Amino acid sequence: MTEFPLYLCLLVPMGAAFLQILLLGRPRAQRVVAVAATGLLAAVGCALVAAVKTGGPVILDVGGWAAPVGIRLQADMLSALMVAITGIVGLCGAIHGLAEIPASDERRGYHPLYQFLLFGVCGSFLTNDLFNLYVWFEVMLLSSFVLLALGGGKAQIEGAVKYVVLNIVASLVFLLGAGLLYATLGTLNFADIALRISEGKGSATGIRLSAVFLLLAFAVKAGVFPLYAWLPSSYHTPRHTISAVFAGLLTKVGVYALIRTFGPTFATEQGFILPILWWISLLTMVIGVFGAASQFHTRKILSFHIISQIGYMTFGLALGTAGAFAAAIFYVIHHILVKTNLFFVASVIDRIGGGEDLKKTGGLYRNAPWLAILFLIPALSLGGIPPFSGFWAKLALVKEILNVNAWFAAGIALAVGILTLFSMTKIWAEAFWKDRPEDAAPMRPVSVSHVIPMVILAVGTVAISLFPAYLFELADIAARQLLTPVAP
Amino acid sequence: METILILLTGFLFTCGFYLMLRRNFTRLLIGILFISQAANLVILVVPGLGPGFSPIVPDGATRPLEGHPDPLPQALILTAIVIGFGVIAFAIVLLKKAYHGLKTDDLDRLKETDS
Repeated sequence: MTEFPLYLCLLVPMGAAFLQILLLGRPRAQRVVAVAATGLLAAVGCALVAAVKTGGPVILDVGGWAAPVGIRLQADMLSALMVAITGIVGLCGAIHGLAEIPASDERRGYHPLYQFLLFGVCGSFLTNDLFNLYVWFEVMLLSSFVLLALGGGKAQIEGAVKYVVLNIVASLVFLLGAGLLYATLGTLNFADIALRISEGKGSATGIRLSAVFLLLAFAVKAGVFPLYAWLPSSYHTPRHTISAVFAGLLTKVGVYALIRTFGPTFATEQGFILPILWWISLLTMVIGVFGAASQFHTRKILSFHIISQIGYMTFGLALGTAGAFAAAIFYVIHHILVKTNLFFVASVIDRIGGGEDLKKTGGLYRNAPWLAILFLIPALSLGGIPPFSGFWAKLALVKEILNVNAWFAAGIALAVGILTLFSMTKIWAEAFWKDRPEDAAPMRPVSVSHVIPMVILAVGTVAISLFPAYLFELADIAARQLLTPVAP
Repeated sequence: METILILLTGFLFTCGFYLMLRRNFTRLLIGILFISQAANLVILVVPGLGPGFSPIVPDGATRPLEGHPDPLPQALILTAIVIGFGVIAFAIVLLKKAYHGLKTDDLDRLKETDS
C-alpha cells in the first residue's frame, strides 16, 4: 500500500467550493480560487498517478473502519488516471470560464457549482462502494443540472428539462439496482460483491436483475444507444465552458461506472451482459456518427460524436479481455482531451467565425490561422489520423477486436472512423475554408483565456500522440489492477 | 404486510409511469415523485421486513436481539429520500421556469433543441 493524501482529491474541490460560497459577491477572488483549486487538483491527480505507478493502489479507510464495513476511498490506476484528467479538464474549463462566464452567472453561484461538479466527478472515481457511487453521481448531477440551466436562456431551459428528467429516471434505476443487489448479496463494496458472487452467494435471478438495472442506468449516463437522446438535446445549449466540461467528463463517468461494474465486479455475469454491450456499442458508434453527419451546428455535431466515441469505449469493455480494457482506458483519456478541446474551439468559432450554425460561419482560415492549427490537432486525432492519439487508440482497439476475429466489428469501427473524419471535414470546409458570409454575426473579441485551455489540451494530445507508449503502460497497469481487485 | 407493500409498490410504479408518459409538466413531476417513492419502497421490501422489532440494542444488553433486521437498507432509503428531495425541489423550480419561459406545459412542444 502506498501512502498518499488521497483526501486531497476531494478536499481541494470541496474546500474551494465552500471558500467560493463565502466569497460570493467578490468575483475576482472567486476566479483566483477557481484557477488555483483546479490547478492544485490537476497537480494532486498527476501525483496520484505517479504514486499508484510506483506503489500500487492507494486506500483510505474513511472514519477508520476497514472495508467492507467501512466505506473506503480507493485509487487504483484507473481511478488515478481519471482524477488526473478531471483536474486537467477542470483547470482548462476554469481558465476558459474566466473569459466567458458573465458576471450575472457568477452572482448566481457559477463558481461553487463548478467546484461541486468536479467534487462529484472525483468522488465517483474514488469510491469503491456502489451506493456511494450513487451518492457521488447525485452530487455531480445536481451541480450539472444547475450549471446547465444557469443563465436561463430559452433553449437552455428546454435542454435542461430533458437532461434533468432523463437523468432523474436513470438515477432511480441505479438506486433500484443497488437496492436489489444489497438485498441479494448483503454488500455494496465492489470487491466484496465480486467475491460473494464468485462464491456462489445470493440468488442468480437477483444478481442478474440488478446487473440489468445497473447496465440500464449507466447506459443512460454514458449516452449509449438507444438511451442517448438527452445528450444532443442539451449539450449545445449552455455556456461553452460548461458544455466543454460536460462533454469531457460527464459521459465518461458513466463509461467508468460501466467498466468498474461489468469489468471485475459482475465478472460472472459477463457472459450475459457483454454480448448485449457488444451490439449496443456497435449501434452507438454508427448512430452517433450518422447523427453528426446530418447536423450543421458545431456543438450538435460534436455532441453526436461524443455518442459515437462512447461506442468505442464500451466496445473495449464488451470484448472483456485485459488488453481490450487497456485500449478502452486509453481511449477514454484520449477522448476527454480531444473532445473538450473541440468544444473550446467551437466556442472560439462562435465568437469570431460568425456563430454556431455552420452555414453562417466562414473565413476562419484567413482570419485566424492559429485557430485552424488548434482545430486540426484534436479534429484529426478524433478521426484517427496517424500519428495523432486517436490513431493509437483505434489501433489498440481494432487489434483487440481482430484478436477475437470479429472482422465485422472491426470493419464498423474503421468505417465509423472515416465518417468521423467526414464531419470534421465539414466543420473545416464550412467554418475555415469557405468565405465569410455576408450575414455572419459580427466578430467578438477573443481573449488569451480562450486560447490557453486549447493550447494546454492540444499539447496534451500531441504528447500522447508522440509518446503513446507511456500512456499505454499506465492503461495496461490500470486494466490489470482492475481485474485483480484489492481484497475487501 | 410485505404483500401489501409489494402491491403498493406496483401501484406506485404503474401510476408513476402512466403520469410520466402524459405530456403535462405537473403530471411528469408527480410521476417522478411516485416512482422515487416506489424505488425506496422496493429497497425496504426486497430484503424482507424482518421480525418486527428494531435493531437497536436493548437496555442492559451489549448487542441487538437475535434475528434483528438489517438496518442498512433503511439507511440507504434515508439517504435516497434526502437526495430525492433536493432533486425534486430543483425539478419543480426548473419546470416552473420552463413554463414561464417557454409559455407551454406540453412536453410535446419542447422540440426546439432536438434535431
